[in-house]
Amino acid sequence: MENQWYTISVYSENNIGLLNRISGIFLKRHINIESLNVSKSEIEDVSKFTIVIFATENWARKIVQQIEKQVEVIKAYYHTDDETIYQESALFKIASNLLFDERQIQNIIKESNSQIVTVARDFFVLSKTGRRHEIDEMHDALEPYGIMQFVRSGRIAVSKATMPITNILAEFQNQ
Amino acid sequence: METLRAQKKESKKKTPIRISGAEAIIHCLLAEGVDLIYGYPGGAIMPVYDELYKFQDKLTHILTRHEQGATHAAQGYARVSGKVGVAMATSGPGATNLVTGIADAQIDSTPMVCITGQVPRHLLGSDAFQETDIVGISTPVTKWNYQITKASEIPEIMAKAFYIARSGRPGPVLIDITKNAQFDELDFAYEKCTGVRSYKPVPEPDLKAIEAAASLINNAKKPYIVFGQGVILGEAEAELKALVEKAGIPAAWTILGLSAMDTDHPLNVGMVGMHGNYGPNVLTNECDVLVAIGMRFDDRVTGSLDTYAKQAKVIHLEIDPAEINKNVKADVAILGDAKQTLDLLLPLVKKNDHSEWKNEFDKKYQIEYDTVIKNDITPTKEGLTMGEVIEQINIASEHKAVIVTDVGQHQMIACRYAKFKQSKSNITSGGLGTMGFALPAAIGAKMGAMDREVVAIAGDGGYQMTIQELGVIFQHNVPVKIVVLNNDHLGMVRQWQELFFESRYASTVMTNPDFVKIAEGYHIKSRRVVERSDLKDAVTEMIASKDPYFLEVKVEKEDNVFPMIPSGASVSDIRLK
Ligand SMILES: Cc1ncc(C[n+]2csc(CCOP(=O)(O)OP(=O)(O)O)c2C)c(N)n1
Repeated sequence: MENQWYTISVYSENNIGLLNRISGIFLKRHINIESLNVSKSEIEDVSKFTIVIFATENWARKIVQQIEKQVEVIKAYYHTDDETIYQESALFKIASNLLFDERQIQNIIKESNSQIVTVARDFFVLSKTGRRHEIDEMHDALEPYGIMQFVRSGRIAVSKATMPITNILAEFQNQ
Repeated sequence: METLRAQKKESKKKTPIRISGAEAIIHCLLAEGVDLIYGYPGGAIMPVYDELYKFQDKLTHILTRHEQGATHAAQGYARVSGKVGVAMATSGPGATNLVTGIADAQIDSTPMVCITGQVPRHLLGSDAFQETDIVGISTPVTKWNYQITKASEIPEIMAKAFYIARSGRPGPVLIDITKNAQFDELDFAYEKCTGVRSYKPVPEPDLKAIEAAASLINNAKKPYIVFGQGVILGEAEAELKALVEKAGIPAAWTILGLSAMDTDHPLNVGMVGMHGNYGPNVLTNECDVLVAIGMRFDDRVTGSLDTYAKQAKVIHLEIDPAEINKNVKADVAILGDAKQTLDLLLPLVKKNDHSEWKNEFDKKYQIEYDTVIKNDITPTKEGLTMGEVIEQINIASEHKAVIVTDVGQHQMIACRYAKFKQSKSNITSGGLGTMGFALPAAIGAKMGAMDREVVAIAGDGGYQMTIQELGVIFQHNVPVKIVVLNNDHLGMVRQWQELFFESRYASTVMTNPDFVKIAEGYHIKSRRVVERSDLKDAVTEMIASKDPYFLEVKVEKEDNVFPMIPSGASVSDIRLK
């Protein structure tokens, strides 16, 4: 089996320590977390972890089984890139003078479909949302001019297929 | 000893009462039916100990001589009784000393609740005296853990702790309680936990899978059952026996499944795994249907997975969905509690007889008997063997004892040769292989089954890892029998050095103290055997003793345990010598 990108989606209680418990599952198997995002989900009081790994399907499956086994986890899924709609966001902080001095910067902003979030006397901030490679390309294009600060978010993703959490919760509750 | 256990009285609390967190913890324990806990006091847990003092007529606290001992005692207690074992410790070093036992309970699915004291909430994160992040440390080795920082959280969290520890696939839960939460008051009312919304302890059995399994079993020519601790934890011993007898299927056990089925049952063919029996290992690769019940295909059971039961259709009955297809791919997976799923399977299975196939096991047994077993249990050489000691214990205890083993050669020999008629009688550290387990676990086992004979069997190495627990045996006159099979070596490691490291005995030779004198120092009746002619008499005297008894047997220094599957080899390549 070949390594590929998997997005693991975990629906859980919002409790202190659960992040540690989940990340420990990867640590124990010596698998690197490529990106991690924690947010609320479509269900009230239920959190959602979105974790990206580069692994075989066999590992993705076993890890999801181990995650789901945790008491405070409601359900976990894994999906390939084809099975999800996914994005990442990035912020670039760049010296303001470049905006006027370097003509090329304007082109990069236009071509990359990024947005100017703010412009101050000393710096301006660009925001870009998209696939990882698009953000990488924009980064590479801007780098020669100097990037003061750069940050990229973890992947966020929704699956094309349904993730029937509400039913599962109802089923748990009716036991 | 009889008076040691406090009388348990019903504690019914309906309308809330205003009490301290520390007192609330005692009420929670009582409400969960706990009447015995093991532990060690210290600064951060002192308010709870103060309440233990006040409640000593209802709740007995046994002071072990090390917190590791408290966890193993709680495990031994849990494993014989099926109840939740409880261990308590202070913060910092007290808490970290629990970790080995917690890890052991996690890998061997033992229900246990550990309670640790913690520095006051306002000091958390300040590197206060004896502050350690025990929740962080214990996360990978607990089924669940939680830090209580407010007294009002106590009833709900404690109820949840016991529910999680004992339900589904059992395991250890750690509850860390800051000192302010022990001192502060709360309105206490206790309600047992009956469910946690994100947690489904027992999956629903799938009837289609059960039908598919029945059809595979009914059409099999050479069906074979391997059962593990799931049968014991699920109290499915009768259902297992019914299946084995109805379908006429030879059945073997993993080390933790031992005692789930009478060892003398005609269809009980022995132990699988690294030092298991010859037939059960070799024939794993000849059966056509392998029915795995409540076991997890540990690497010590399977050897090389690439050559494990490839010819067989595998049916896996298991409560924990994460075990399905983890190591061995199941053709049919039956999720659920073993008692329930076996009960559903039984009526669909046809009455059958597989004597010809069972004959294969008998033939292999004969080979193993002639080359290994005979020399182990009825040796003709001068030195004493571990096997003959176990055989004498079988005879003297009439197969009725609870046998608690440590880790090493003596463990493998004891599990190979000990005879059992009753379930929950073999207590050993299987998954973690924790040296030092036996002595404290035997204390817990005895207290969990006062009417039964409990014999601890340890090597001279592991015995010295928790030897200080003799203090508990002495102080409370706990009538356990302790057998040290002394080969003056870390025997199992020495065996590997002999076989795989050209006999370079790096740090496995031990100069031992006078074990009999040490036991005498604790006023425990003791005896040493160096000659075969004394063995029977000594073992008989030990079993007959009403008091605790220590027996050291000087055994052959460089004996090896066989058969053996070298690590990474196939079950087919098990070595007889
Ligand atoms: C805590 C711990 N440390 C190390 C080991 C590795 N180990 C496994 S068996 C063994 C030797 C045990 O020697 P002994 O207790 O004398 O028993 P014997 O094998 O001689 O019966 C060792 C060191 C272990 N299992 N547990």
